[in-house]
Amino acid sequence: MSWTLVIVLAAGAYAFKVTGLIVLGGRTLPTVFERCLALIPAAVVTALVVKDTFTNGQDLVLDARAAGIAVAVIAAWRRAPLIVVIVLGAAVTALLRQV
Amino acid sequence: MNDEVAWWRDPALRPMVVACLTLSGAVGVFGFSFGVGSVAAGASVWQTCALSLFVFTGASQFSAMSVIGAGGSLGSALGGALLLAARNGVYGLAMSRRLDGSLGRRLLAAQLTIDETTAMAAAQPNRHEQQIAFWLTGFALYTFWNLGTLIGALTGNAIDPRTYGLDAAFPAGFVAMVWPLLSDPRARWAAGIGGVVFVSTVSFLPVGVPILLSVVGVLVGLQRPVAPPAGVAS
Repeated sequence: MSWTLVIVLAAGAYAFKVTGLIVLGGRTLPTVFERCLALIPAAVVTALVVKDTFTNGQDLVLDARAAGIAVAVIAAWRRAPLIVVIVLGAAVTALLRQV
Repeated sequence: MNDEVAWWRDPALRPMVVACLTLSGAVGVFGFSFGVGSVAAGASVWQTCALSLFVFTGASQFSAMSVIGAGGSLGSALGGALLLAARNGVYGLAMSRRLDGSLGRRLLAAQLTIDETTAMAAAQPNRHEQQIAFWLTGFALYTFWNLGTLIGALTGNAIDPRTYGLDAAFPAGFVAMVWPLLSDPRARWAAGIGGVVFVSTVSFLPVGVPILLSVVGVLVGLQRPVAPPAGVAS
C-alpha cells in the first residue's frame, strides 16, 4: 500500500466532512430546505440499516442478521434501552450462526 | 433536564453513555480486524494506523484495504473508498444544524462526523443532549477504533467479528437510534423512501452510491407541514 493512497484518502474523506459540516452547513437556508435537512438522519440511517442487514457488497441477502435486526426492531418498539437493542441484535445473530 | 448537573452525573443520560460505550467496544473489535487485514494486505503498521487516525471512516478504510489486498489499482481503491466517504458530507449538513461552537471546534467535529455519531446525536430529544451524544460517541469511537487498529496491526491474530454477531450490533443500534425520529409522519416517509431507493439501486450502482441516493427521502420536507410539527427532533 502506498502513502499516496493514505494521504489522498485522508484528505478526501476530511474534505467531504468539512464541506458538509462547515462549508455548506454554515449557511442559513430558506425554511423549506431546513425542513429537508432535518430529515436527513431518518432517510439515510434507515438506508444504512437496510444495507447492514440485507446486503453483502452489491448483493441483497437474507441471513442471520435479518433475524437479529427483527428482534432489535421489536425491542426498539417496546422502548428497550439502546444497549439492550444492540446486545439483542448481536446475540440473536451470533446464536443463529452457531446452528 | 437540569443544566446544573454535570452531564456525566445526570442519571437521564446514563443509558446513552452505556450504549455509547457498548457501541465503541464493537467498533474497537472492527478496528482490530481492520488492523489485521490492512497489514495482511501489505500496508505497514504506520500506514494502517495513519488510515484509522486520519481517514476515520470505517467503510472507506475496509474498502480501500480489500481492493489493494486483491491487487487492485490505486485509482480503483481511492474511487471506491471516496464514494463511501461522501455520505459523511451529508451527515455534516445534518449535524451543522445540531452543533454549536467556534470554527476550531467545528473543524474537530468534522473529523468525527460519521454514521454512528450522527445517528446517536439525531436520536436525542434536544440540542443540548444531541451535542453531548455527538462528542461522547465521537471521542469514544475514535479512541476504540484507533486502539483496535493498533493492536490488530501489531498482533495480526485474525478474529472474525461476525462470530460474535458484532456486524449486527450496528444496524441494531441504528434501529434504536432512528426509532424516536419515526414518531413524525414526514420522517416515516423520508425513512421509507430512503430504504426503498437503497434497495432498488444497490445491485447495479457502485458501492457507496445507493446510500448517497437514499438522501432523496428528505424531499418530503419540501411539502409544507399541515400542522406545526410536534415533538420532532430538530
